This record gives sequence, structure tokens and C-alpha cells, in this order.
Amino acid sequence: MTVMLKTPPPPDEESIHQGDMRLVADRVRVYPMAVHGPVRRFKWAVLIFCLGIYYLLPWLRWDRGPGRPDQALLLDLWNERMYIFGWELWPQEIYFLAGALILGAVALFMVTSLIGRVWCGYSCPQTVWTDLFMWVERIIEGDRNARMRRDAQKLGWDKAWRKVAKHAVWLIVAFWTGGAWIMYYADAPTVARAFWTGTASTTVYFFTFLFTATTYLLAGWAREQVCTYMCPWPRFQAAMLDEQTLTVTYQAWRGEPRGKKRQDEPWEGRGDCVDCRACVHACPTGIDIRDGQQLECINCGLCVDACNAVMTKLDRPEWLINWDTLARQAARSKGRTPPKIPLVRARTLIYLAALCLGLGIIGVAAASRTMLGLSVQRDRAPLFVRLEDGTIRNGYTLSLINKRPTAEALQLRLEGLDGAELSLPASTNAHGPVLDLPAKADTVTDVRVLVHGPASVRGRTGVTFMLRDPATGEETEYRSAFIGPEGK
Amino acid sequence: MPTKTEKDALTGKETTGHDWDGVRELNTPLPKWWLYTWLATILWAIVIFVLYPAIPLGATHTAGALGYTTRDDVEAQLKALQAQRAPIFDKIRDESLADIQKDPDLLAVALIAGKSAFANNCAPCHGPSGSGRVGYPNLADDVWLWGGTLDEIHETISHGARSADPKAHVSDMPHFGADKILKPAEIDQVADYVWSLYGGRPASSTEAGAKLFADNCALCHGDKAQGNPEVGAPPLASAIHLYGNDRDTIVRQVTLPREGVMPAWSGRLDETTIKSLTLYVHSLGGGQ
Repeated sequence: MTVMLKTPPPPDEESIHQGDMRLVADRVRVYPMAVHGPVRRFKWAVLIFCLGIYYLLPWLRWDRGPGRPDQALLLDLWNERMYIFGWELWPQEIYFLAGALILGAVALFMVTSLIGRVWCGYSCPQTVWTDLFMWVERIIEGDRNARMRRDAQKLGWDKAWRKVAKHAVWLIVAFWTGGAWIMYYADAPTVARAFWTGTASTTVYFFTFLFTATTYLLAGWAREQVCTYMCPWPRFQAAMLDEQTLTVTYQAWRGEPRGKKRQDEPWEGRGDCVDCRACVHACPTGIDIRDGQQLECINCGLCVDACNAVMTKLDRPEWLINWDTLARQAARSKGRTPPKIPLVRARTLIYLAALCLGLGIIGVAAASRTMLGLSVQRDRAPLFVRLEDGTIRNGYTLSLINKRPTAEALQLRLEGLDGAELSLPASTNAHGPVLDLPAKADTVTDVRVLVHGPASVRGRTGVTFMLRDPATGEETEYRSAFIGPEGK
Repeated sequence: MPTKTEKDALTGKETTGHDWDGVRELNTPLPKWWLYTWLATILWAIVIFVLYPAIPLGATHTAGALGYTTRDDVEAQLKALQAQRAPIFDKIRDESLADIQKDPDLLAVALIAGKSAFANNCAPCHGPSGSGRVGYPNLADDVWLWGGTLDEIHETISHGARSADPKAHVSDMPHFGADKILKPAEIDQVADYVWSLYGGRPASSTEAGAKLFADNCALCHGDKAQGNPEVGAPPLASAIHLYGNDRDTIVRQVTLPREGVMPAWSGRLDETTIKSLTLYVHSLGGGQ
């Protein structure tokens, strides 16, 4: 990997000074300047798209029949069900969610290795809400210069009402965000009505308050400090980036030597960068993109728009700051034709393979998902019971999982033990090789089943419980064991 | 605190001024918001110190302004739990055992309550889940000293066996050997016969033993040694025995019988618990 190091400045006697070192750093307040251009427009579009999904998705309906929730996406924690459109997942199937999250992470790795930190720059909630909050701030307090001027002023009527108005609007947006969060966990129209009539649960009010507070604090106050100090992603995303990754890049070979330009000064012998600091002023994290790749840069590309506007005014070619790879920049700086970006690289192939593997596993798991399930727990104490006639009996607790919304009449039989008879405790008449078991609708029915084996059983015999739904022909099995006394 | 800090040439950052054989460390100051968060947690700790029990003072401790104790909290929670359970527990207390068994929801509660009460009160003798041990009956099998119907189990739990309770089950097997009712040779013959009833192969004929059994034992244990729960006489023609299956145990039991004692629980446990225990024991597999 090409490492761009800044030339060390000559040793400076003034830089050695006496005094206490700083233990705590003041926050450098960032006043991002408004920019206009294609990047900004794209960023607005992503923002509207993401927020639209977040705020509106809970209101999307999905018919699941009478008496069933009709919300398309619902994480019903109280009833332990997750509804995703046509799917209804049980807590036992949480691995689907885990799988989706893992796939999301791998997809993020792949996208990052190809086109850099687009997640950070465009779709990360921290970025989206910060952008929204900055927009509000700009409408009420004006752009960068006005805000800086006002913040430096003493508190007056003008400053006071604008600050109050800004925080009020922020709180309203934050509350909206917190309120929308709740709707993913309860039926949206119902919980909205309950919220405003004061009949919602304490949990609803608490989480609405919690997410209102975090949105307000993180998007209004903490902003870029979340990315720089709190988020782990910028710290390890370097592992996904290489010299073939597209990142927001200041083309130093074109821009340098930079400097202020007089009207009559020719462009020959100097760089295109006129050191107007438009890129720095536009940056929402307050950095100078001309210092090269850095941890704080979220690759949002607002500096691209800012610089393009200046270049257009100066009648110079646009894209002094653009998206490019380190490899191409190295070639350009030597005056060579930049190489094509190799999309197929070991890194991207590995991520692609991991993605396909994960998708395949989830696909197979989803395709082989059954509506009927069985889980068996053998009695541990006593391991077996010898009856008066010498025969051996084992006890099992069966969990009949019925994911259908209707009660099912199931049949249980046992394989692997000749002459075995099944019965329910306290009903001596229901003896037989096949046992009829009712399973309640959409829940787990626990039932204790006794298995009678012949007196001759010794040690451990592997058995298989077969649970069948005669109505649908579905069958599921569970391997267990039948235990008899040791010896001959 | 070192006083000589300098700017690092390469990064332009301040150093800490520490020098380890020429290696210097860059100063990376904490962000101020972090400092404030830290101060806020200290403030929070002080508030907790004032409001809640905090400082141990030997045998006691500072009570805290709120007067909170976890013990009170637990008691309040237990009371709330009992109040919540009361309606269904009262139903278990008032309904008959047979009716509870027909109501799956009520039965489920009774079985859970019974399981927990069993572990607390019964398992020390009868073993976990009633698995029994020598001298203490296995409650999961189908042999019952005093009967295995719901009412009989309820009776046994309430009043016990050979306990101080006036309604307790009482039976006394004659001490055939110790009181010299049978001669040692006769005891051997009876033992051979009883042993043969469940697969034992005695060396000599069991004819004499069978006659002795009919004369002395059949009155309680039955003509076919099938037992009689009315008098607490266990079946002897059975694969399972309370004190062991070998011939020596029979000889010992005929000579000087061991007799188990079970305490009466009616005074110690409430009716809901005893009924729950009854249903639980009945559900273990041997209920009749």
C-alpha cells in the first residue's frame, strides 16, 4: 500500500516550549457551510429515502388473517414473535435475524472495500440525523458565517429566540424518531392512540423518551464526535480499505503548490488549489481533506461539491477533489494514465464468497423451515423406573411446537425399541404404540409422555420420537434414548 | 508532571514530555465531553451514596435518605406475587382433586407448585422427582404401600405414616424372628418361598415355605403375595421392594421388620400445597 507521508517540517526551536501539557482537549466547534451540487442532492435523496423507510414502514399493513397482527414489520417482544411480511419467526429462529445481521456486516465490508465509507457518508443513522439537524439549524440560525457571528455575540433577543426555536424543533424531530421506534414493537395505530390518550405502558413512554434523548444528544450535540470517538467502525475499517478503494481524494498533484491567487497571476507554475478553504468549511467533521485519508473523514463528499463550485467560478476544471483510489492517484501524480480499478480482487472475492455462503445457508434454512417442531427432554431422575411386573419405564417431557395459527391433532410414535408402548401419566387407558396429542395453536405445548419397555432392556437404547400431523402429512423427529438397568 | 513538552516534528502533535531512551509519547488529550461524562458519573455516585444504603459501619450500615432495603423490596415483591397467585391457588384449594385433574390450565399450575414443594419438602427422603431410595418408596413406580389413587395419596401426605398424627397410617408387622414366632429354619423356608415369587432360585423346595406363608403372612400380604394397601402391606410377588431384592433382605425383614416413618404434613403445609403435591406425585407415572 502506498503510504503518503507528509514531509517532516524542519526542526523548529519555537515548537519546544515550557509548560503543562494539555490533558483535556476542547471541542473544536464545527460550523459546516451549506453546499449545493450533485453530491448534496444525492445526499438529500438518500436522507429522504432512509427517513421515509424509518418513519413509514411501521404503518405498512400486511393481512395475516383474522385475529393476527396486520403490521408488515413487527417485533412483538411481549408475544415472542417477529413478523416480517409473510414470515412469522419464533424466538428459536432468531438465527435468521443473526444471519441477516452477519450478512449485512459482510455486505458492508464488501461495499467498503470497493467504494469506501459510503455507509458512513450517506446511510449511517448518525449521519442522516445529523444532516437533518444541521438543516434545521441552518434554516433557523443561518449559514456558517451567521452562526459563527451570532455565537460570538452576547445573548440578546435575536440569539435567544433562535436558539430556543432550534432546540425546540430538534426535540420535536427527536421525539418523532423515538416515537417511530416504538412502533416497530407494537401495532403502530394502536400504540400511537394509546400514547396520546395516556394509556400506553410505561415501557412505551420510557423507550420513546430514551430514543428522543439519544437522538437529540447524538445528532444535535455530539455529532462528529460520535464518529471520531465513539464509533468502532472508523477504527477498523482501515482493514477493508486498500489502494484500490474509492475514497474522497484531494488530487494533490493538481492542486499543489496551493496558495491564494491574484487576479492577474497566471495558472502556470502553481496548483489549482487557491486555498479558499471552502472544502474545510463544508466539512461536517471539521477536517481538511487536503491532509489525505484520515480517520475522521466520513467520505460524504460535500467538499467535492464545495470545491467544484469554486473551480467553476475560477474557470478551472472541476473535480480537484473527487473519488479516486490511491493507486490511480499515484499514477496520475507521475503523469501516467491511471490504471483501471480492479473490481475483482482477492479481498472482494473473499467478501463475495462469504456473502454467497451466508445467503446460501440462510436460504437453505428458510426453505427447510417447518411449521411443526419437537423437542424432547428425558427424565434425569429417576433415569428409569422398574414396575411391579419387572418392565422398565422411562419418562420424557415433550415440547410440541406448532407454528400454525390453528390447533392441531398430532400423532406420536416411537422408533428403535421393540414392544414399546406410549402413555400419558395418570391415564392408564391410553396405552399403545401411537399416542394422540393435541397441540395448541401458535405456541409450544409441553406434555409428559411415559414409554414402557420390556423387562429385558439393558443399558442405553437409542430411540427416535416421530411426531406427525395427519392433517398435513408433516413429520418431525427427535432422537433420544431409552435407559434400562446396567448389567445382563 | 513533566514540564518540557514539545511538538513532534512528523505529526505536529504535542508530546507528553516523557522520554524513554529516546522514545517519546504523543499527547492525545481526552475530549472535554468525556471529562464531563466522567464528572457526571462521580456526581451520580454521590447521589446514590446519599439516597441508598452505602457505607458499612461494622454490623450496620448507613441507611440512605430513601430508607430502601432489598429485603423490604423482596418482601413486597413476594406479597405482590402471592396476591397475584391467590385466585388460582384458592381455586386449587377449593376444587376436588379429580376436577383439578380435568382442568388442564389449573392442573399445569398445580403441577408446577407441586414440583417446587416436592423439591423443598419431600426430595430429601424420596429423592429428586420421587425416584426413591432404599427404605424410602419410589413414587414414580406402580407399587404403593398405602394406595396410589388421588385421595389415598392426599391422605398419606396429610397424615403421614406412623407419625404423631392420630389419623396417620399405622401398621405393625410381627417380629417373626425377634419375638420367636417362627424358628430360624422356618424363616429361611419362608424367605426361599418369597424369593421364588420374583425370580429367585432357592436351593431347596419351597413347599414348606408356601405353607408357612399361607399361615402367617397371607392375612396381610394376600394369598398371592399381591399386597394390601389397606394395611400398608406391600406386594411381595413384585419386581421391586422397598428394602432390597435379595434373599438376605427377606430374612432380615421377617426376623425384625424395618418400618418407615413419614411425617404428617397437614399442619406444616397449607391445603393448596398438599393438593398440588398430591397431583404432582400422582403425575409421576404411578398414579392410579
